[in-house]
Amino acid sequence: MHHKNIAELSAELAAKKISSVELTQHFIDRIHQHDEQLNSFITVTEEYALQTAKEADDLRAKGNAAPLTGIPIAQKDIFCTDGIKTSCGSKMLDNFIAPYDATLVKKLKAAGTIMLGKTNMDEFAMGSSNETSYYGTVKNPWNLEYVAGGSSGGSAAAVAARLAPAATGTDTGGSIRQPAALCGLSGLKPTYGRVSRYGMIAFASSLDQGGPIAKTVEDCALLLNAMAGFDEHDSTSVNKAVPDYTALLNQSIKGMRIGLPKEYFSEGLSKEVETVIQSAIKEYEKLGAIIEEISLPHTALSVPAYYVIAPAECSSNLARYDGVRYGYRCKDPVDLQDLYKRSRSEGFGSEVKRRIMIGTYVLSAGYYDAYYLKAQKTRRLIRDDFTEAFKKVDVILSPTTPTPAFKIGEKTSDPISMYLSDIYTIAVNLAGLPGMSIPAGFVNKLPIGMQLIGNLFGEEKLLNIAHQFQIVTDWHKQIPEGF
Amino acid sequence: MSKIEWEVVIGLEVHAQLATKTKIFSAAPTQFGAEPNTQACAIDLGMPGVLPVLNKETVEMAIKFGLGANAAITRKSVFARKNYFYPDLPKGYQISQYELPVVGKGYVDIELDDGSVKRINITRAHLEEDAGKSLHEDFHGLTGIDLNRAGTPLLEIVSEPDMRSAKEAVAYLKTIHSLVRYLEICDGNMQEGSFRCDANVSVRPKGEEKYGTRTELKNINSFRFVERAINYEVERQINVIEGGGKITQETRLYNPDKNETRPMRSKEEANDYRYFPDPDLLPLIIDEELIEQVRNELPELPQQKRQRFMDQYGLSAYDAGILVSSKDMAAFYENVVKESGDQPKLAANWIISELLGALNKAGLELDASPISSAQLGKLITRIADNTISGKIAKTIFDALWNQEGDVDEIIEKRGLKQVSDTGAIEKLIDEIMAANPEQVAAYRAGKDKLFGFFVGQAMKVSGGKLNPGQLNELLKKKLQG
Repeated sequence: MHHKNIAELSAELAAKKISSVELTQHFIDRIHQHDEQLNSFITVTEEYALQTAKEADDLRAKGNAAPLTGIPIAQKDIFCTDGIKTSCGSKMLDNFIAPYDATLVKKLKAAGTIMLGKTNMDEFAMGSSNETSYYGTVKNPWNLEYVAGGSSGGSAAAVAARLAPAATGTDTGGSIRQPAALCGLSGLKPTYGRVSRYGMIAFASSLDQGGPIAKTVEDCALLLNAMAGFDEHDSTSVNKAVPDYTALLNQSIKGMRIGLPKEYFSEGLSKEVETVIQSAIKEYEKLGAIIEEISLPHTALSVPAYYVIAPAECSSNLARYDGVRYGYRCKDPVDLQDLYKRSRSEGFGSEVKRRIMIGTYVLSAGYYDAYYLKAQKTRRLIRDDFTEAFKKVDVILSPTTPTPAFKIGEKTSDPISMYLSDIYTIAVNLAGLPGMSIPAGFVNKLPIGMQLIGNLFGEEKLLNIAHQFQIVTDWHKQIPEGF
Repeated sequence: MSKIEWEVVIGLEVHAQLATKTKIFSAAPTQFGAEPNTQACAIDLGMPGVLPVLNKETVEMAIKFGLGANAAITRKSVFARKNYFYPDLPKGYQISQYELPVVGKGYVDIELDDGSVKRINITRAHLEEDAGKSLHEDFHGLTGIDLNRAGTPLLEIVSEPDMRSAKEAVAYLKTIHSLVRYLEICDGNMQEGSFRCDANVSVRPKGEEKYGTRTELKNINSFRFVERAINYEVERQINVIEGGGKITQETRLYNPDKNETRPMRSKEEANDYRYFPDPDLLPLIIDEELIEQVRNELPELPQQKRQRFMDQYGLSAYDAGILVSSKDMAAFYENVVKESGDQPKLAANWIISELLGALNKAGLELDASPISSAQLGKLITRIADNTISGKIAKTIFDALWNQEGDVDEIIEKRGLKQVSDTGAIEKLIDEIMAANPEQVAAYRAGKDKLFGFFVGQAMKVSGGKLNPGQLNELLKKKLQG
């Protein structure tokens, strides 16, 4: 049952082979059984899930079921959920019960999904290994000594271990695609503005975007149908019609052009990963796609630009956590300065503090032009690179990460090497483009992800090309041992 | 050494609270005076995950101001975050506009005491959100935070340092105050803080081109305090400099009880606000169509109205100036004119010398006037049609003020109708002459001044009801014998 994808579960529910309550109970049982070793959930909303599952069954009995009615999913703990703890992986919000639902949560609820719980994540989504979470590291179901990736590591581990059919994630520099890659899943970061950010706790506002993590591309399409759309509460969401993202999945991709950025296939990329990606490219050739080399000349600047812009925005976004209105407050502050200093020193972890300090620095008088302004100009160059590239190709293909999952603790003392694990995913956020990671093979029994990048609002084509790969391969059907 | 003559340089920053129903970035109400923290939604509280959405009404109001102040409207302006920590600033930053404000350079003309006109340039006006309030009383050494005001829309209007005296600063402030009220974008209530002002003040030796070091005065929330605070500060600065000291650039708080300014925070403590464009808000694009739409909805502005009052009603510039000082006052005046059967000059006189005097004495605003424009108009009608004399009219005015009924009722009830019957007046004159034979004789012997005595006697006996013209004529005839 838990190996089935959403499309299959939806059919079973429709055929009344199983009820949503039974399905939900099954996944809750699996969470109880397995999550102690994985640490993928921060909160399990068992009672709430069973209650809404019952409502979904009632709805179905009345003949009012939609494709996602009664399908359990997990929510990354970055999305505000009314009346339910929303921690963002931080001690700062360990006591925070959100007073409202994020738009994405509302939409998925309205589509009929059942929330199983809130998944673990890097603190405030800052991290690539889920080791910065206040709630501890998430373990990779493929090998418990390895990281699940981050920041949506809890979501990815939960889906990979079949503790949830699918989960939500957020992606600021790769936080959906990288954990999806490291856990052998399909993950989609939509175009910036496609999915509302309202109620999604901000890390870097101009880069953050929510999206699905699932076993298959088709499931991602089904979830995106429910998640996407204009939201009057988010000024940066785009008022553009939402197509049925499953409609074009089965179209032939014969004659479509796939670009390989030469800068992504250079030093830093592990030989084993490159071999996996090269054989994936062969599959595309067999499907009739035209492969060509392209250039994204400013690629090398994307990590530096990102590590100015994202911390700058984060330093401002996280200023609200001051111990005054909600969240962590230090014990017995003697005055206002003490309240601020200790609440923030004690409430935030070291990676968050590092980024707040970098961000504060780059926005300071006298440094703004040299860092923030320059990074914004660089960002434009990076975006222009992609604009040029999409004049020639339909999608861009690359590895998602330079290496497979690394060992827990391996990079915690070396932030630069940690930051470089997002080297292929970051530019996509800077350019606001949609990007996917899908399973493309294994190295040392650890999954390898292939990244596909689409043009702005080109999710349909992107999903089509990704789905065609999954028709002819079975990497996405592999199950980690013991789950 | 000859004494240096100092020149004062003043620039004002006015914060006008925009009269919208809801806040600038949320749907919470802006009403004043509610229980603490009842008018603040998740967005105003800076909850995790919330996002701002611009209230379009504030944009139209900003455009209105721009057009009223002869200013350029920026076609693409940008919201920026001003970052600093303060307990009543929920997000840890204020959304404001920095490099690209919605209103660019403009000007207003102010009138000085000698009747001359001076042009004050406006640097910019930008939209921003207000912060909450910190309440230091009633919390026993702690501070209470009320976030009702957080997110209230403000238009910050920044002038050039064009003013040269506290009086000019007040005249400018009054001009802006009148403008925003005419435009109906701000209620102008200074007590409730919906119209606030900070003043940048410096002094320099007359003839010097370089500006002196300025201080910023805060908490000057009445026209009177603006004048006093600036005068105090000017004197302080001159004393410091003449005593061999230097002015420190700092923010100073005005204490109206002590009439002094004190440093609030020094430059060392000054914040680096780390402004950057707010990534949660798109640039504000204003198209020609919207500007034209707002332009077409603009009301008649104070200066246009004043000119019209002078042309249409034959008023002096001074009287017209008083009557257009607020939109309500102008409307009240025009209503009195209408109700008085077209007596614009009498109407102006009665409002300016009687009604405003009485209101001032009673400490009332025009909208609380016990005498309506209709009643005042009626009173003037009765003067013009000779039903009552101007003197009696004052009595009736007092009765109206005391709510004793309407004009005609009071005339009737008190028998105040003017006596214009020649026979009756002659009879009364005869009686008075008979009672004062010595005065009659003296008058007839050439003591002309006694004429006033007879008028006074006649008015006293009649209760002031005699038609004064007729009385004069008949009295003269009778006294001459």
